[in-house]
Formats: sequence, structure tokens, C-alpha cells
Amino acid sequence: MAILSKKDTNLILDPLADNNPITIQVLGICSALAITAELQASVVMAISVIFVMGVGNVVISLLRNVIPSKIRIIVQLVVVATLVIMVDQVLKAFAYELSKTLGAFIGLIITNCIIMGRFEAFALGNGPWRSFLDGIGNALGYGVILIMVGFFRELLGSGTLFGMPVLGDPIAKTGLYAIGYENNGFMIIPPAALIVVGIIIWVQRSRNKALIEEA
Amino acid sequence: MAINTDKNGYTVIFASIMVVVVGAILASFASGLRPRIDENERFAKQQNILYAMGVNENTEDSGVNFIPTNAVEAEFSKYIKEQYVLDNNGEVKPKEEAYLLDVKKQIAAMKSGKDAELPFFIGEKDGKKSYILPMYGKGLWDAIWGFVSLDENMVIQGVYFDHKGETAGLGANIKLRYFMDDFNGEYVMDGNQFKGVTVAKGNNDPLNENKQDYEVDALAGATITGNGVSAMIKESLSLYKPYLQTVINN
Repeated sequence: MAILSKKDTNLILDPLADNNPITIQVLGICSALAITAELQASVVMAISVIFVMGVGNVVISLLRNVIPSKIRIIVQLVVVATLVIMVDQVLKAFAYELSKTLGAFIGLIITNCIIMGRFEAFALGNGPWRSFLDGIGNALGYGVILIMVGFFRELLGSGTLFGMPVLGDPIAKTGLYAIGYENNGFMIIPPAALIVVGIIIWVQRSRNKALIEEA
Repeated sequence: MAINTDKNGYTVIFASIMVVVVGAILASFASGLRPRIDENERFAKQQNILYAMGVNENTEDSGVNFIPTNAVEAEFSKYIKEQYVLDNNGEVKPKEEAYLLDVKKQIAAMKSGKDAELPFFIGEKDGKKSYILPMYGKGLWDAIWGFVSLDENMVIQGVYFDHKGETAGLGANIKLRYFMDDFNGEYVMDGNQFKGVTVAKGNNDPLNENKQDYEVDALAGATITGNGVSAMIKESLSLYKPYLQTVINN
């Protein structure tokens, strides 16, 4: 017997491609723009969101029958905020270096609309195990796009990956820079993320025509 | 039995319980972890001060490598010989653990003429004295801060910069080694005149060969952060002028 039933597997796999929160549902764009100038920040953000979404979805799912519907959005917000503050404190205490590089990003998790979206659309109506898988799946789908965007923006914008130079030294003119290549400063600023996300959406829809909405 | 979650009374009770539970969780987290967080912050400060005076684990091509956390306390007491504070009247007093003072508050107090204690430290490495001063200013989005280490001729021995929220890939690069290394060897005084070091666009010296031009090459795309660094150096160091003057005169 497989560990996950087919339905459960789809909960994880769907958001990675055909129901991706960023490229298909166009949620979570704000943080995708803000933090993807560097690959490291993208990876760290992806991991943090996986944690917050996995745990948050389970908490909301466990409470789904007792949450008063009138204040459910507030309750969801409180759950996300609490988890985020806990992550922040634990990082500060046990991984101080990492928490410094994360700085403002941790707080940004609270504003991630994918998290609220999954609480509202899935965890409120499903059991904890399925909610957990859904949370992990959507966070992975978000993370994959984040890392792809971060990869291209850091490579083309700074000529580095994870802060390590991969194209040569732009000041001493070595490597690619010796033959006249220049870093594209535009890639560093947030609008470039929109363009990269746009290209990913384009590639994805041209490979799978079923994703194209009717006009 | 299903609970009627639509009743107002239930909503109020739920909200109250939620607030108490969440408050308790967060409070216990915060107070439980506080000692560890404080210790981490203290170590980080020690690492930054040592970094500025050139005590670090950088190799030729490496990035910024601090003294490891488990060794920093011992190294700090080995290299930092004296800690002082400078008050509003230009008087210098020794003070233990001066490095733990909140530089932001002290600089603000000094500027507004309230009682202030600006910390600074004297370090000694390979028989050479260095005077390490904290700095605090603002970048594009938020605070920037750092330490600068000067020798008795007012030549920079090393700097450390950090920031709260400068743009990743642009202003955030002030804490990268290639930017900080540019300051090494720069003069901050021209004779008796205080010059500081300006982060300058178009100084036509990208490899920073001229050390007496009071300029380092700016970061592309980070004009405001660069201006913030220039202003921070100027403003912070000028607060220490009464003391630096005595160093020069000796």
C-alpha cells in the first residue's frame, strides 16, 4: 500500500504545476516580487512558508468546527501571526545568523495571501492530514517559482548565485565580463520579477493549453 | 453535538479564549528565549567590533567571515583592551561593557544635548593600537549602522556595516566584503580638517587605488544607501571629534 493515496498525492503535486498558487492562481505575487533578487532569500522564504503553511493548515483544520464563522478571518490571521512570531523568535535564539539575513522577510510571511487563501479554501473544510498535505503542496509550489525567479534575477542581475560569483568579476573584468558582458541592473528591481513570472506563466501555458482561460 | 458557532456570545468567548491562549504562548516563548537571544546579540556585537579591527577569519577570496560564536568572547577580551564612553562635555571615562550601550539612543541624546554616553573601544592587534567607534545612520528604507576602526593617524583600519532593510542585491551590498574592504587605508582627516569618507559615484577609481581622496567607489543602483553611509560616517565620527583630537595631538 502506498503511503499516500492517489488523491492525497495530487494534493501535493497539483500546486507544483497545474494549480500553482503563483502562476495559475496569481496569489503571493507581492512577496515573489519583493524578495527574489537573491537566490538565498528565495530559498529561505520558501522553507519558512512551507513550515508556516503546513502547521497553520493543520491548526485551522483542527479548529474548523469551533471557529466562529463571523471572525474566522481574524482567527486565521492570529494563527499565521503567532506562527510567524514563533519562527522569528526560535530563529533568533538558535540560528541568529540566519535570522539576520531573513530580517524583514519573516514578517512578510504574514501578508502572504496564499496562506490565508489555503486556510479559507481548504483547511476550513478538510481534515488535518489532508490539510497538512495541501499546505505543504501549495508552499512547495510557491517555493519552486520563488527559487526559479530568484535564480534568474540573481544570475542576470548580479552575476552571482547564493552570493558566489559565477560569471566572473565585473570590476576586474574577468570571465564573461572580459568579452563585454554586463550585469543587467534591471533584474535587481522588483518589476523584473513580474517579467520573469510572466515568462514562466507563458512557458507553462504554451506547454499545457488546458490552462489557458477562455477570453 | 454541534456547537452553534454563529451566536454572538460564543464568538466573544472564543475570541477571549484565543487571545489568552495566544498571549500565553507568545509570552512564554519570548521570555523563555530572551536570555539566548540577548546572548546572541551580544556575541554578534563582539563579532562586528572585532571584524572592524581586522580580527576575523577572512581569507583572500572569502566573503565576510566572523570569529566563530563559541570563540568570540575570549577573542574579544584578548583584543579589546579598553572601553570608554565620551560624554556631552567631551570628557572620556572608562566604562565596563560599554559596547552594550544602545548607540542609536546615545547618538540621539548627544545630538539633542541630553546626557549621553557615546561608547568607543581601544583595541590592540600585533602591537598596533586601533580606535574603534560605533556609527549609526539611515539608509534608503531603514537604519544602517556599523563600526569603524582608526589608527592614531586617522587612517581607517577596517569597517563593518550592517543594515535593517536595504534593498537586496543593491543597498544590502554595503555589508559585503568588496564594499567594506574599499575603506581600508582611507584617510578621514586632511591635516587638521575632518573629511570623512564619501561613497562617490564616478570617482573614476573603481579599484580604489587612491587612498587619500576621501572617497570610495559607490554601489551601482544604491545611491541613497551610499549617501546614507557617507552621512553616517561624517555625523558619527564628528561626534567623537573632541576625543579624536586628543588622539591626533598625542
